[in-house]
Amino acid sequence: MNFDDTPQEAAFRAEARKWIEANAPKELEAELSSSSLGRIRLQNHDMVEVGKAWQKKKADGGWACLHWPKEYGGRGASPIERVIWQQEEGVYGKLTQPFQIGEGMCGPTVMAFGSEEAKRLHLPKLASGEEIWCQLFSEPAGGSDVAGLRTRAERKGDNWIVNGQKIWTSGAHYSDYGLLITRTDPNVPKHKGLTMFFLSMRSPGVEVRPIKQANGMQEFNEVYFTDVVIPDSQRLGAVGDGWNVSLTTLMNERMSIGARLATGFPEMFEFCSNLMLEDGLAIDDRATRSKLANWAVKASGLKYTSYRAISALSKGERPGPENSIGKLVAGSMLQDIAMYAMDLEGAAGVLTGASEEQAHGQFQQMMLSSPSMRIAGGTDEILRNIIAERVLGLPGDIRVDKDVPFNKIPTKGR
Amino acid sequence: MNFDFSDDQKQLRDEARKFLNEKCSPKAVRAVLDGKAPYDRELWKGLADMGFLGVAIPESYGGAGAGHLELCVIAEEIGRALAPVPFSSTVYLAAEALLLAGSEAQKQKWLPAIARGEAIGTLALFEGKGNPSPEAIKLSSGGGTLSGMKTPVADGAIADFAIVAARAGSSGRETDISLFLVDLKSDGVEIKSLTNVDPSRGQAEITFRNCKAEPLGRAGEGWSAISQILDRAAVLIAFEQVGGADRALEMGRDYALDRIAFGRPIGSFQAVKHMLADMYVSATLARSNCYYGAWALSTNSSELPEAAASARISATQAFQHCAKNNIQVHGGMGFTWEFDCHMYYRRSNALALGLGSQSYWEDALIDRMRKRNAA
Repeated sequence: MNFDDTPQEAAFRAEARKWIEANAPKELEAELSSSSLGRIRLQNHDMVEVGKAWQKKKADGGWACLHWPKEYGGRGASPIERVIWQQEEGVYGKLTQPFQIGEGMCGPTVMAFGSEEAKRLHLPKLASGEEIWCQLFSEPAGGSDVAGLRTRAERKGDNWIVNGQKIWTSGAHYSDYGLLITRTDPNVPKHKGLTMFFLSMRSPGVEVRPIKQANGMQEFNEVYFTDVVIPDSQRLGAVGDGWNVSLTTLMNERMSIGARLATGFPEMFEFCSNLMLEDGLAIDDRATRSKLANWAVKASGLKYTSYRAISALSKGERPGPENSIGKLVAGSMLQDIAMYAMDLEGAAGVLTGASEEQAHGQFQQMMLSSPSMRIAGGTDEILRNIIAERVLGLPGDIRVDKDVPFNKIPTKGR
Repeated sequence: MNFDFSDDQKQLRDEARKFLNEKCSPKAVRAVLDGKAPYDRELWKGLADMGFLGVAIPESYGGAGAGHLELCVIAEEIGRALAPVPFSSTVYLAAEALLLAGSEAQKQKWLPAIARGEAIGTLALFEGKGNPSPEAIKLSSGGGTLSGMKTPVADGAIADFAIVAARAGSSGRETDISLFLVDLKSDGVEIKSLTNVDPSRGQAEITFRNCKAEPLGRAGEGWSAISQILDRAAVLIAFEQVGGADRALEMGRDYALDRIAFGRPIGSFQAVKHMLADMYVSATLARSNCYYGAWALSTNSSELPEAAASARISATQAFQHCAKNNIQVHGGMGFTWEFDCHMYYRRSNALALGLGSQSYWEDALIDRMRKRNAA
């Protein structure tokens, strides 16, 4: 049992470190380090532009989309090399945010189901950041229940005509292409009538409207489709096989190991170590210590769980299911930590002003943003279902809509 | 990175599981639980024959000379099977104390006997309520004898010898504390069995009246030795707790698949599923923290104090969480004597206290993290 690299891994790490040292945008390092909890704010730069520049540089140097095959713009690297790269990329990894959906979900789906022509046309540009892709799955009528989606695609000669609406689309406003799942047959049960496409986000009839979120920010969008024309050559997988195609996409989403999950613990530990209360430092308070200790072992538990998965990759094995706990644990931890930090601030905790003794308002921001961590990418409840069904082998929920034609499923409750 | 047990260590775990499946059925645990025997003598002998008691004892002292990683995988199986034997007292506490502080003669006398299953040892630390601390030790030493009382002492009624923490001075410093080794058959030793929440493992009160004792380690270094012994034992007991947590989770899962109510397996209800998923989350976090503890223990890392506290806290939570919710999944049947759920519930609550309470370890963890951050 050890934490050491194998000689090959050490050599790869050294090479990666050397390249990053020579090429990373050092002028942004301080700012990227201080923007915590996955939220990036750069004072004088547009995040997407800076991200594109870094992505292009990586692609030119052979360090983009490492696990993709070389002919599609990747490096043909092993899973463990990808993890080592992420560790070495460090804070600059935050610049890859606009490309994560393309690299992690859209790209692998095109790779599995696209024509050779589509692969050669799009994948290298996706890898180099010249094309940003978004994922058009969720709908007002289908969030956790993705297969309940209602956006229609109807065949017309060699084309498909799309009408409907998507929602919660991250990055749609700066994306060039989108991966779109539609309903092509409402007369069959819901999982059977779906078909997957990709399309240019500049196609006539596509309208992107930003959503103002509960935390006041705008990161997601609604996307409306009005008589949008998609050529049949942009279909991914067979007509009616969209559900299976989407499972490939979603599986890739959950495969990302060693992902940078913020828990809020390091920030909280530092905060409590410095916060002076009436009778001493917060960290000397018995109740606070107990909470800190409980968060500490969750944070270390997550860290060493990811180390176990990395070790499996290093041996060329498939990681076990234990990594599925990450977001479930981290999401509610962020929320709990934020609320407790504000409680420690007393009445002044209500203020969002960025005073130093209030830790620059970071816990107030964390409190306002953390509900999304428990919803996006699978709600806590869906994640518990996944653990129960796929890891523990419990039966699926009894579904009243499973064998019913889609257009006979009730659409309103009481 | 190779943050995992080796194939040989995993094979040892499989052997231990197979052995305990055969020799330590729930029925065997119940024999001790019901008071038919103070511990399972046959199982104890079997563990010795398998080489498990001496797995981390050097060959020169009659052990297998493997290491602490090997001991960790066996500990997990001991916990999983709820083995009704004085394994933790003898192997994690007494043998570790001897290895850490014992003289050559003491090691030669006791370690081979432990490995052969012929000597049971324990650590006599607590004196009534409260947590480990030098101030709490009142039992006095002087002129080679001990006077005072220790309670509770795990497996005290069946132990052949005890490592006893005693006070030699009153300066108010840690150096007032020294360790002694007492043959429990000596004159002046009085042992009384105590009832406890987990009768599958004994607890006792031991009174020492001018009882002869030999020093273990140097005078004044007792507290420093105890701190190290507790950290090491915390990792090993955490593996027992993780083994127990996993088994309790499996029992709950199996029952949820088997039990039909409202015309369907109860495991298809989200209320039950989510409870089991949360148990899996606790058990997984604990296992990962335990691996960190195992690494720190086996490499004698300076991170051991922090790693041990993390493993301890996380594993205590996981075992208690899984054991109590296993009963909940079983419903009324889980609250019967007949079903095994209560045995895991009892053990989880007993192990949670044996080395000091959860709040004691929480406190310790934060202290240790601060120390590292300040360094």
